[in-house]
Amino acid sequence: MLHINNIEVVYSDVIFVLRGVSLSVRDGQIVSMLGANGAGKSTTLKAISGLLRAQQGEVTRGSVEWHGERIDNKTPDEIVRMGIVQMLEGRPLFQHLTVEENLRAGALFRTTSEASLGRDLDEVYEYFPRLLEFRRRTAGYLSGGEQQMVVIGRALMAKPKLMLLDEPSLGLAPLLAQAIFQVIRRINAESGVSMLIVEQNAHVALATAAHAYVMESGRIVLNGPAEQLAQNADIKNFYLGLTQADERKSYRDAKHYKRRKRWLG
Amino acid sequence: MRLFSSGGALNTFLNWSLVPQQFVTGILNGGTIGLIALGIVLIYKSSEVFNFAHGHLVMFGAFLTWWFSGGAEAGGELFNLPLWAAVVAALVVSMGIGLLIERFALRPLTGQPLLAIMLMTLGMAQLIEGVTAILFGVQLKSNFPALFSPSDVLVIPFPGAFGNAIRLKYTLVATFIVALLAAALFIWFFNRTKTGLAMRATAESHEVARSVGINVSRVFGLSWGIAGCIATLGGVLLATLTGVSLNLSTVVLIAFPAILLGGLDSLGGALLGGFAVGLAQALVQASQRIEVRNATEIAPYILLLVVLLIRPEGLFGQKRIERV
Ligand SMILES: Nc1ncnc2c1ncn2[C@@H]1O[C@H](COP(=O)(O)OP(=O)(O)O)[C@@H](O)[C@H]1O
Ligand SMILES: [Mg+2]
Repeated sequence: MLHINNIEVVYSDVIFVLRGVSLSVRDGQIVSMLGANGAGKSTTLKAISGLLRAQQGEVTRGSVEWHGERIDNKTPDEIVRMGIVQMLEGRPLFQHLTVEENLRAGALFRTTSEASLGRDLDEVYEYFPRLLEFRRRTAGYLSGGEQQMVVIGRALMAKPKLMLLDEPSLGLAPLLAQAIFQVIRRINAESGVSMLIVEQNAHVALATAAHAYVMESGRIVLNGPAEQLAQNADIKNFYLGLTQADERKSYRDAKHYKRRKRWLG
Repeated sequence: MRLFSSGGALNTFLNWSLVPQQFVTGILNGGTIGLIALGIVLIYKSSEVFNFAHGHLVMFGAFLTWWFSGGAEAGGELFNLPLWAAVVAALVVSMGIGLLIERFALRPLTGQPLLAIMLMTLGMAQLIEGVTAILFGVQLKSNFPALFSPSDVLVIPFPGAFGNAIRLKYTLVATFIVALLAAALFIWFFNRTKTGLAMRATAESHEVARSVGINVSRVFGLSWGIAGCIATLGGVLLATLTGVSLNLSTVVLIAFPAILLGGLDSLGGALLGGFAVGLAQALVQASQRIEVRNATEIAPYILLLVVLLIRPEGLFGQKRIERV
């Protein structure tokens, strides 16, 4: 269980980015986080994975707990060792390394035999048969979708218990995005890895997740079961691209309407 | 300059009977230059820092070896190790120095502009020079333990020309072999071991390396430790040829063009760049013209200018991968 308790994050001592964010991911659960650019989604993920520090960022209040243990003052390699691995935004490959070297890099921190590494590689190739074909290719020359497969495969090599995915479908054609999410669901179903997924593509995100959070200017402004959020008028308007004027009648919806205007501004 | 004119003109320019001898000498010298260049490329690759102190690590490593082998004047020597043991001791100490530099001079600068870090390496160079002068004195030490006497010469028969043989100093051949073995060992380590993979991954992106659980600070420390070892080995090889003095640090001035020729981020390229520099320096010695023979120091730079005009990324540099 991951539990973020009212954290505040500051960059370079002066830039306040998160102003009291709380969220939880239960074991085996897929949770997604929506929000406009600059809302603080990536920052939230980095607060969990510990990558914040290298960017002069700091959790100044609140706590991040993983199975009851505080991790907000641990280093990224310690956190990976505890089973949490982040996939950064924008397909972060080791471009000049081969596909297989990229995958192996994901398991570098583990002390395992070559034989069991081989089994882990096979498992990744089973999820992504394309990568087996391309294992000796220089990763930087793969297509966007294939690169995303390498990034997910590399994370799997860490044998994680929680995967933090930052916009895995960014820049991918809709069909490819669907395919990637299908694999994400399969991984979750077969190995029980929990996932916290930041997404712009609300359709797939809400269809995949059990629970979702909406973030705005460094705060969580909405959260609830994914199918409930998918019915929410504002979400429909701004993330699913549907307009249904007839549903905006109750006081509750009017309140959301105001909030929606803030999203626009 | 007649340098690039062809055919008959070359005959008046080059003394052909000297070319094979100079060619081989150039390659042999190039091995050590390449090894020294390799140490700089290693640091550059892992942290994008151009280490201006590398030449001083080379020099200090030579002094250490000399000192461990009992070179200090009678009464002053603490150790009297055989050469191999002195080299091992110096390697251990220089690895420690590399680790210390990373930990205490560079790590506190993490996140600062690269320029600040490079200036720090320049500062380290001065510090090492000062410490060496204080510890060991500024005079040339000509009693560096030699593997072979300078008069031992390997004669390769070459019937019909060049006085029927190419003559090579054993020392030069030995330094070449050691340099090549060390470089090959290191390149193997870099490309074929898990630690090497961690170093290559870190070289590509610090943030991505962190995100997969690589301890980037440890990789930096390790890079500096290994660079310290490589520098010391280079220093030992140079010292067997020239003796030990503070001037050894100026070897970086010919390692720089080797690195840029090779492409700054290629280990194999650095080694081949070393050969190219060795060759350029030796071949000008085969010239008929005294002005050209006097240009030993600048020959590698002229070669570098020509190569960079044609291939700006150097001979073996990584091209940037541009795609979305
Ligand atoms: N290293 C940093 N230093 C200063 N400000 C940053 C840094 N990283 C992100 N920010 C700022 O924090 C805010 C949130 O960024 P981010 O978490 O990347 O948002 P999102 O992922 O939701 O688009 C943005 O305004 C961004 O400019
Ligand atoms: Mg982001």
